[in-house]
Amino acid sequence: MDLTLYVWRQAGPDAPGEMKRYEATGMTPDMSFLEMLDVVNERLMIAGEEPIVFEHDCREGICGACGMVVNGVAHGPRRATTTCQLHLRHFKDGDTLYVEPWRSAAFPVLKDLMVDRSALDRIIEAGGYVSVGTGSPRDANEIPVPEEDSERAMDAAACIGCGACVAACPNGAAQLFTAAKVAHLGLLPQGQPERDQRVATMVAQMEAEAFGSCSNHRECEAVCPKSIPIETIARMNRDFLRSPKAGGAVKAR
Amino acid sequence: MELDARIPSGPIAQQWDKARFDLKLVNPANKRKFEILVVGTGLAGASAAATLAELGYRVRSFCFQDSARRAHSIAAQGGINAAKNYQNDGDSVYRLFYDTIKGGDYRSREANVYRLAQVSVNIIDQATAQGVPFAREYGGLLANRSFGGAQVSRTFYARGQTGQQLLLGAYQALMRQVHAGRVTVHPRTEMLDLVVEDGRARGIITRDLVSGKIRSWAGDAVVLATGGYGNAYYLSTNAKGSNVTAAWRAHRRGACFANPCFTQIHPTCIPVSGEHQSKLTLMSESLRNDGRIWVPKQKGDLRRPEEIPEGERDYYLERRYPAFGNLVPRDVASRAAKKATDEGRGVGPTGLGVYLDFADAIASQGKGVIEARYGNLFEMYERITGEDPYRVPMRIFPAVHYAMGGLWVDYNLMTTIPGLYAIGECNFSDHGANRLGASALMQGLADGYFVLPYTIGDYLSRHMGEPRMGSDHAIFSKVETQVRGRIQALLDADGERTVDDLHRQLGLLLWEHCGMERTAEGLTRALAEIPKLREEFHHNVRVIGAGETINQSLEKAGRVSDFLELAELLCIDARHRDESCGVHFRSEHQTSEGEALRDDENFRYVAAWEHSGDFARPKLNREPLDFENIALSQRSYK
Repeated sequence: MDLTLYVWRQAGPDAPGEMKRYEATGMTPDMSFLEMLDVVNERLMIAGEEPIVFEHDCREGICGACGMVVNGVAHGPRRATTTCQLHLRHFKDGDTLYVEPWRSAAFPVLKDLMVDRSALDRIIEAGGYVSVGTGSPRDANEIPVPEEDSERAMDAAACIGCGACVAACPNGAAQLFTAAKVAHLGLLPQGQPERDQRVATMVAQMEAEAFGSCSNHRECEAVCPKSIPIETIARMNRDFLRSPKAGGAVKAR
Repeated sequence: MELDARIPSGPIAQQWDKARFDLKLVNPANKRKFEILVVGTGLAGASAAATLAELGYRVRSFCFQDSARRAHSIAAQGGINAAKNYQNDGDSVYRLFYDTIKGGDYRSREANVYRLAQVSVNIIDQATAQGVPFAREYGGLLANRSFGGAQVSRTFYARGQTGQQLLLGAYQALMRQVHAGRVTVHPRTEMLDLVVEDGRARGIITRDLVSGKIRSWAGDAVVLATGGYGNAYYLSTNAKGSNVTAAWRAHRRGACFANPCFTQIHPTCIPVSGEHQSKLTLMSESLRNDGRIWVPKQKGDLRRPEEIPEGERDYYLERRYPAFGNLVPRDVASRAAKKATDEGRGVGPTGLGVYLDFADAIASQGKGVIEARYGNLFEMYERITGEDPYRVPMRIFPAVHYAMGGLWVDYNLMTTIPGLYAIGECNFSDHGANRLGASALMQGLADGYFVLPYTIGDYLSRHMGEPRMGSDHAIFSKVETQVRGRIQALLDADGERTVDDLHRQLGLLLWEHCGMERTAEGLTRALAEIPKLREEFHHNVRVIGAGETINQSLEKAGRVSDFLELAELLCIDARHRDESCGVHFRSEHQTSEGEALRDDENFRYVAAWEHSGDFARPKLNREPLDFENIALSQRSYK
């Protein structure tokens, strides 16, 4: 199949960028989207041009490294699918595709489709953990967890930190990412002692970064490759409001 | 070189206790005077960096990914073993030890494996305390499943994302130490060389993958946790960035490389679909708990699977291995798949595939149960192949997966360079000639959380009070210059072929001659070809762009350049090991039933290769393996 690509090319964080046209001819439906870019890059290099920079690593939808906006949708048209798991069989011969980096003030473009997502690491650093050092904690089965709670915690813990939620949000908000970690740990008994503290520090860091605020567009949920639901954000808000450590944001009535 | 494995004396069950008592300690006030460089942030690297920082050491942690959370441990699906015996099915530390030694076909070190089995139970406690959401029973207790090569249920799991959840646990522990100011993480930073002076590891040279800047880092000890080298084969289940460079550069600086030919081919991966294939995707072998593997009895049977009646199917694993059936270890399952396809009974468009069929499991247990167990794996399969495994059997085929070989380490996980440690997949120590399923996560975390943090103090305490050799020492600038020279040579080659093109050629060569089946003749041919390909690479590679910027093709070129050197050692090791054992199947050495035939008299040793400056003539050092607790026997899974 033959596809026409318009790809965002930008030499560096301060350089101006532009969409450039490439013809991806002779592709096959069983190729992944990134394999198509591999072939385009091989041809560019043979022609003496710089290949398109894009991030990727595991190529099986779990490392969270890849991510680009395809025809206006973060990770492309297929629901619950990372770009690396998107295959060309979901496109038609002759299609024109527009490929752009995550667009958010909090994710500066480093080059072409590669952005800096270190803000997400800083949110985790602010409190996205249970403070337990390596040692001899009690036997794992001394902490029973209702199966349903464990499953819900796992639903949230499935977040791969790709940043699609931020890229899709008209406000560039990182609520879904932050909420996923707050929910994962907040749903488990192990996470209870620091629950108030955690939501306060993580939200504070989130707000200190260049993310916007949530206004319930639900775009994040629609593009999340792990289908993390927006209810997760409601849970975080509730935890935040009841947290005495959340800077007195809401006074108890 | 004299290899001293430093195995503690005494009965095996007390060796680790004895070692911990005999190891010198660093007092808490002195720990903060030491700076440790940890390269890699997978399970081993992240858990080690976090734990060392908790103990009070100052730590720098390096990874080439944009975040420490993305290391390839994250892709491990199936689970992690631990001898908890929660299921009351007869498991014990000793049984896990026994299974691992036997599964490794008696080519691993008893003392290390016993310790691994001992600390396995602590890992589950630690991870649970961190909030890792392991699967649970309705009563709230932890669930287990059985896994390839084991007859007990000792595998803990978090859906099909166990590696992800364990890695996030370790990553979060690491970020907690970053927050506390005890660890500095350097993402997008790739180690390109090791600095050794006066026979000790002194630091590393890195390239900043954004600015292209080459930098020196001095440390009191260096820990490599840089994973395996399966990507030498081009197509593998590894992440695209996984590479051997850090380990290989350490090898060239004096660290022995042990058993490089022990490369595991995983039986359940999605088959290759076309030339543009960039990697292979593993389907967790937990699928073999409920899926049945078969091929048509007749060769060249092109009917669709549902059209082939039961009587015309060959469930070859169940037929050949009635005791273990579909759960035989990976090497056995992979070879059996190869045999079936070699006989012309393979399925799918290329004929290089076998069926993994869930029809019976769905009929007996219901679709809901199967979906709960494997839903995400089925989805992943459907995304890649466009086929629905609830309706048609999966097609699977073996693919390069894990490196049992790696840097030689002693019992304390120190390489042959004092002050340089290797943990996780990048060392050789625990899996012998074949790794059992769900044991990689166990080893990575055992090394990082529970072994290295104790053993490293022994080395550091011996150098207490000595000033650290700073990165302003002449040796650092000398090695930096060498690194710059290598980068410049790649940029200057200005040839006709891309890095991937050359890498693909190397991969095919290795897959053909040093893959699931090896012969002296084939390996000799590969050894004639590899130096030529290396020559071709250095003269004819084309790397576009500059060194002082983001340049992904330059990154790849450096990695492939090192794979081209490793490939030769891999084949030298495979040719020298004139026996079959585990994954290393030399056609010349098989039982009448086609199983691997070991030669314990002549090859019951670890082959630790020492770099001599000449790739073709590395020096072989042998560490004899003594089996005092487990009697050597022919593996049988019948």
